[in-house]
Amino acid sequence: MDRFLFLVGTGTARGTVLALFALSLVLIWRAARIVNFAAGAMAVVAAYVAVGVAQATGSWWWGALAGVVAGGLLGWLVERGVMRFATTSLGGVILAIGLVMVLQSALGIVAGPQYVPVAPPVSDRPWSWAGIPFGSPYDALTVTVALGLMLGLRLLFTRTTLGLQLRASAFAPEVSRLLGVRVARMRTVAWVLASAVAALAALLLLPTELGLNPHATDVLFVLAFTVAVVGGLDSPGGALVAGIGVGVLMSLVTGYLGAGLTPIAVLALLVLVLLVRPQGIVSGVRARLA
Amino acid sequence: MTGLLPARPGLPRTVVVTLLGALVAVAGTFLLDPYRNYQLALVAAYLCATAGLTVLVGLSGQLSLGHSALMAAGGYGYALTSNALPAAPAVVRFLAALLGAAVLSGAVGLLLGLAGARLHGPYLAGLTLTLVIALPAVSSTVPGLGGDQGLRSGLERVPDALSRLVALEQWQAWVAILVTAAVLGALHVLVQGRTGLRLRAVRDDETAAALAGVAPGRAKVLAFVVSSVAAGLGGAVLCFVTQSVTPGGYGLATSLLLLVAVVVGGLGSLAGAAVGAVLVVLLPWLVGTVVDALPVPTELAQRLDGNLALLVFGLLLVVLMAAAPTGLVGTWRTRRARRARRPGPRRADPGAPPPAPGPSAPPRADVTAGSPLSGTESEA
Repeated sequence: MDRFLFLVGTGTARGTVLALFALSLVLIWRAARIVNFAAGAMAVVAAYVAVGVAQATGSWWWGALAGVVAGGLLGWLVERGVMRFATTSLGGVILAIGLVMVLQSALGIVAGPQYVPVAPPVSDRPWSWAGIPFGSPYDALTVTVALGLMLGLRLLFTRTTLGLQLRASAFAPEVSRLLGVRVARMRTVAWVLASAVAALAALLLLPTELGLNPHATDVLFVLAFTVAVVGGLDSPGGALVAGIGVGVLMSLVTGYLGAGLTPIAVLALLVLVLLVRPQGIVSGVRARLA
Repeated sequence: MTGLLPARPGLPRTVVVTLLGALVAVAGTFLLDPYRNYQLALVAAYLCATAGLTVLVGLSGQLSLGHSALMAAGGYGYALTSNALPAAPAVVRFLAALLGAAVLSGAVGLLLGLAGARLHGPYLAGLTLTLVIALPAVSSTVPGLGGDQGLRSGLERVPDALSRLVALEQWQAWVAILVTAAVLGALHVLVQGRTGLRLRAVRDDETAAALAGVAPGRAKVLAFVVSSVAAGLGGAVLCFVTQSVTPGGYGLATSLLLLVAVVVGGLGSLAGAAVGAVLVVLLPWLVGTVVDALPVPTELAQRLDGNLALLVFGLLLVVLMAAAPTGLVGTWRTRRARRARRPGPRRADPGAPPPAPGPSAPPRADVTAGSPLSGTESEA
């Protein structure tokens, strides 16, 4: 039972980060109808910037700030420089794959394949209550940052003019353009936001992993994609629910069956969801059924 | 062309062309040294996979990032079957192992195809990507697959009758060429025939295809299975040549290289797949040779070794998708068609390969394949 509670605790913390990363995919999907397969590689570049700055300044927080800024900048570059050539969804995926190859191999040349250890900013030794370990200060920080960011994004999207314009250009680009919304710019804004969010998610996850390496986010991306599909690619709320669900599930699989089985469990979950409910669990009804 | 070929495109013509091509390639092996023959065998193996992938992406509009895992499935199928029949005659063992490869990769492809048939581009791409990422875990979890070490298969020696004439590498190149020719011929027949027409109809407009009596789901699953079997046979040939199959050899990088190969060659074009396969085998080797020749420190050379080729391929992919989405063969074909159209009346071109220039030219036609993405609920 102790073990179960502990696994659920760490799984929840990990799940909120997954949800954050999946949210980045959802943001871009809603704005541009592209699944950003380069999200993982872009986040890893931002993470290298963050770790470099953190080592130079000695403060994790400056590093995180630099990483988020770098992520946003990279998002802008990628959208303006590469992704605007994507005329079809197939083309978008292929362009993103090209980006993955470029970014990861460039990192491999510049930084090398070895793992760079990343220390957490606060202790990651679990608290225990009546002898039961249930989560660490770092888990608490992760959950707080992730949930706070999601709340902030929700407020941005529902309460501000920019958010209204972002939603409008995602749902009805042509009408929005007629009404004076600069749709192309909104798409860029969505990319910048999403890439910064993904960079932060990768940074939050790194201390719990082996460390930083050009391929450090491969599995994270696959997990986040699964989360986004399970939650429904169109649904930010679904990303949160599915993120925590998948996080806990993976934590349990890792804890009880072994870490080696996690990718197989993801694959099985993805196949199952795609066979049974391809529009996602939380997605609403799109059209009248009768 | 020459009077040797049957005039009408169709099965006899395909058989003749395939046999001639294989004969030329086999004759060509006499001009090459053993290492070049080894590379030729590799090209043939990768050609199976790229041909399968290009048919899948170009004709049915489904994108797979997992073809290296399907190659691995073929390799494992080959090795398992081959190791299970140590006493059988070599020919029987080889054919049975090929069959095993086809069955295993086809079964995996059927599962993926069923999961992917109701979905559009990015979902299937993500699913197949997950398969590649999970491959090492699968190989170390499923008993009998040998974990990270993979499996070894026995060396198939040169038959006694030929052992004076050819070296081992040349013999392996022959076998690889024959298998590949068979795969290409079969794919060509499929693409040219009724099935190819159905697939193109589904790719261009699922609703219209369904109204015309084509079951979109069935067509897509069929395309995925055919493509998987082709990739699996490629993996089997690779296992036959290298006598081993390991999960590390079929990682994400291999999968992405296959994608680059078909995009560079031109989606949907078998000739393009051949160009791509040559590139995928030769460019990393070329880059490695150049790096070795450069006076750089050892550590940098090690970093450049695997990565520089990937960097070049990635740039190639991005630039091509942005500038010439039809790929090399497609661009060449469009240009030739434009030149041919200019003087005089339109001339009939009986031997036009599958995606003839016109409304069904592969690249931009995918616009229609991808655009109805917003409505995932197709007529199920």
